[in-house]
Amino acid sequence: MKTREELQALRERAKAALTVRDQQSEARVVVAMGTCGIAAGAREVMSALMEELASRGLEAVSVQQTGCMGMCNREPVVQVFMQGQPPVTYGDVTPQVVRRIIAEQIVNGRVLSEYCVATGKESS
Amino acid sequence: MRELSLHILDIARNSIEAGATRLLITVIEDECADGLTIEIVDNGRGMAEEELRHATDPFYTTRHTRRFGLGLSLLRATCERCGGEMRLRSIDGHGTHVTVSLPWSHLDRPPLGDMGASISAIAAGAAQVQLTYRHGVNGQWLTIDTNALQCELDDVGLRTPTVLQWLSRHVNAQLREMRAATLACGPDR
Repeated sequence: MKTREELQALRERAKAALTVRDQQSEARVVVAMGTCGIAAGAREVMSALMEELASRGLEAVSVQQTGCMGMCNREPVVQVFMQGQPPVTYGDVTPQVVRRIIAEQIVNGRVLSEYCVATGKESS
Repeated sequence: MRELSLHILDIARNSIEAGATRLLITVIEDECADGLTIEIVDNGRGMAEEELRHATDPFYTTRHTRRFGLGLSLLRATCERCGGEMRLRSIDGHGTHVTVSLPWSHLDRPPLGDMGASISAIAAGAAQVQLTYRHGVNGQWLTIDTNALQCELDDVGLRTPTVLQWLSRHVNAQLREMRAATLACGPDR
């Protein structure tokens, strides 16, 4: 069956894509996927996020979704949790911006301040 | 929402947030019967009669981060705009069943859009949920089951970037093939 073969090839590719576990693998990215987020383009942000992580071999970065966080006018919203650092919340995220977040914060440890709406624990 | 697939993602998120462990998404496109049906069934906590009555009211919500809940009311508006119907059934403690029936050819019927991206996002969004997605296009079927996929993938996680990216492309490629392979019926269509 074509799909089965595809899956076996995919399995090989996915295993080969795993980079050595390091600082990046302790990162967790949360994409807000409530109705407001979806209407504002959160799904496209999610797709771009997956693409960027896959192409950089960052298979160990944990990606999660959450519902509306009450910041509807800043959607799409993405939170980045990195070990030993306060959580960073980004707003008005686009596919292009999320690629920059991966490059700047996840890979180089620098917060992308122009899109940062909050740092530290969310109050809601 | 510009695409029906965005509504599907939105409703599926409701199911996940309702604690569902099983999610069944069925899309049926039947050009000859001029019908497009979307069914989303879950085994989440469901709604009591009172909640069900208010579910499509935009100012009614069970969440705490804001004072409105737009998903179902937006979906109802989409249905009304193109001469379609939405049916909402739920049993408190057992689950919810959303059915949308739209005329396939209605000019104001939104496109399904990027189903791959939606299915991939839904699969990514909940490790505890078994998602079964079936999509019929004029009699041909595509079936995706996350448990079956995980079995095939063995020790590789389903919810990893490479696999989720594949899933999105696979769904869209299959749908493209199915649309190309199935012909609209009758010379008068």
